Amino acid sequence: MTVNPTDEFRAELCDWLEANCPQEMRDGAMTEDGICWGGKNWVFTSDAQKLWLERCAAKGYTVPTWPVEYGGAGLSRDQEKVFHEEMGRINARTPLQSFGIWMLGPALLHFGSHEQKLHYLPPIARGEIRWCQGYSEPGAGSDLANVQTRGEDKGDHWLINGQKIWTSYADKADWIFALVRTDREAPKHKGISFLLCDMEQPGVETRPIKMISGISPFCETFFTDAVIPKEQIVGEENKGWDVAKYLLTHEREMISGGGQGLGGGRALGAVLSDTMEEMGATLRADALRCEIDSLAIGLTLERYKDQSEAGQGAGDASAMLKYMGTELNKQRHELMMSAGGSDALEWDGPLGNRAGDWLRTKANSIEGGTSEVMLSIVSRRVLGLPA
Amino acid sequence: MTKLVMTEEETMLADMARGFLDGAAPVSKFREMRDVGQTFDRALWQEMADMGWAGVLVPEDAGGSDMGYAAANVIAQEMGKTLAVSPFISSAVIAATALRQVSDARAVEALGRIASGEATYALAVDEGIKFDPEATALQAKADGNGFRLNGKKQFVVDGALADRLLVLARTENGLTLFDIPADRAGVQRDASNMIDARDAARITFDDVEATGEDVLGAVDNAMQVLKPALQAGQAALAAEMTGLSAGAFDMTVGYLKERKQFGVEIGRFQALQHRAAHLWCEIEVTASAILNAGRMLDSDPEGAELAVSLAKARAIDTAKLAVIEGVQMHGGIGMTDAYDMGFYMKRARVGAEWLGDYSYHAEKIAAARGF
Repeated sequence: MTVNPTDEFRAELCDWLEANCPQEMRDGAMTEDGICWGGKNWVFTSDAQKLWLERCAAKGYTVPTWPVEYGGAGLSRDQEKVFHEEMGRINARTPLQSFGIWMLGPALLHFGSHEQKLHYLPPIARGEIRWCQGYSEPGAGSDLANVQTRGEDKGDHWLINGQKIWTSYADKADWIFALVRTDREAPKHKGISFLLCDMEQPGVETRPIKMISGISPFCETFFTDAVIPKEQIVGEENKGWDVAKYLLTHEREMISGGGQGLGGGRALGAVLSDTMEEMGATLRADALRCEIDSLAIGLTLERYKDQSEAGQGAGDASAMLKYMGTELNKQRHELMMSAGGSDALEWDGPLGNRAGDWLRTKANSIEGGTSEVMLSIVSRRVLGLPA
Repeated sequence: MTKLVMTEEETMLADMARGFLDGAAPVSKFREMRDVGQTFDRALWQEMADMGWAGVLVPEDAGGSDMGYAAANVIAQEMGKTLAVSPFISSAVIAATALRQVSDARAVEALGRIASGEATYALAVDEGIKFDPEATALQAKADGNGFRLNGKKQFVVDGALADRLLVLARTENGLTLFDIPADRAGVQRDASNMIDARDAARITFDDVEATGEDVLGAVDNAMQVLKPALQAGQAALAAEMTGLSAGAFDMTVGYLKERKQFGVEIGRFQALQHRAAHLWCEIEVTASAILNAGRMLDSDPEGAELAVSLAKARAIDTAKLAVIEGVQMHGGIGMTDAYDMGFYMKRARVGAEWLGDYSYHAEKIAAARGF
């Protein structure tokens, strides 16, 4: 009898998790306090959190599908599925999450040189460097390619001047990846470079923006004669838009999956029942429809991953997933608020930060490209309708 | 591990089916049949049988091609795109799945006749206006060694012209499924004049004799054979409706690219672009649920209930949106009988009711998901 390699991996993984995942990390916490973002300024909320990160990083399990030489575990898609199943089974916390993992990592793996990958990826995998994203500007929102932040060529470096906005967690980040206009004569998509910038230098200043949810995950970041050495470019000069678009597809997939983890992956009906003994018929019907759509969108995420693994390009699927996933997530949180009734109306009330979470989701269909931009992308690239 | 990707064989099957149906069963063919009141084309069904479609779920040793449920869904989906009329779901999917739950010689022979195209079947379940098998009241009273059937069925899809009927009846301690010839004494079939111009019938059973031989599976235990058959039928119907959605969508996007108003193609208007793009997104998401249902039926039929109901619920919703948007974006022309979009709308409505409507399947999902 042959042993299925996936089963073999599962057995090994189970043993490893049993021996290495601290009990305190088996509560599946998805709250802001439970998540480890890493970085130079990170303060671990417990010894267990630190230990769990270190052990996972040593095995490559913070970025399980990345190649081993860049800090990952080199898992196949089947193994990755098993990994998430087994992590879920013991309710283990995700050891580390960051924009480095979700966004910059995939872009570097695709566009970076071998040296860049060796230099930047392992610190991301170990949670040592925390990255933020410098894309939007006051005059470049949906029209992202209109970025005006300027990079002046000074031979061995660029001199950066300008302003970025919606730089999520920039006040806690160590480095920023930014879209910078390096050719002001070229058409707007053709004069942008994708640059990596150390934020610990004079000329880079960050200010948090207070949002309707009461917290400040977003910031403004100002560049005044900041210096970026020439080797800190990803891809070719003035071809940063290609990198930007590629990275955006990963960002969109990340945002679209946001609602799936709500309530630790439990069915919406069960989550809503936490706060209500009996759901009214109308709420129940709305929740059921939402659950049906959510299950189908979850299957679609799976299908696209399977397709891309099988080499059947999913193309512009990220726009669709982002649009459908975020609109659904907003609905789910509306239902959560409804189920919470007046208890949900207090800041830090009996239901914790439910209102803050609800308000936060309203950004889901704006950040990373609005729902309307997503529909325009589908309309143009998939349906072939004229711009 | 089950993959949500079309296999090479499935892609080839879809291409082959498309090629055949575009030639033999385009929408214009459906229109011709509708115009003369024809609801079944035996020659077309024979061609489908010759390609292995009638036997798609019939084991090879019984004369079938035994391609599995995901493959049956692929065929149904392609049929839906051009509204091809056939007893595929009733005979090749529902009846074949019921019969293959039983291993006696009679069932094997019956499967062979389905695969060859020689016999067609219809499933007689509904008695009220909604699908509700558990509420079956049609009586099968024990009489000597056999039974006598008395009662009424309605919305028996393919029931006016099928050669045989699968009849769900109430027996002393439960429900029993009978497999009888449609021309047996006491069976009166009245064809319904359906909005989708397909075969459906109201059937009266007046002291119809059935023997123990006619019982499919065990007496008082119909669901053992019927449940897998219903699930397979629901999944295939969901697939057909998703094909229908894609067909209506393609027509609509084609129209957006050619119809001019205000001096430009109407496809340039963002209001219409976004509606069309939203519809495409919904179809993509539903396609995942269809593929998943086929995979589950092939790999774990006992655990497929959630997947099947999810596919049917999503397919109903998506097809409704596709035909409503289809008519709206076509404007007045979409309302005319001369244009095909209305055919899609009417078939979508019939498909929404057959084998369980949105509420029926939503409640199955609610039960599976702890609501």
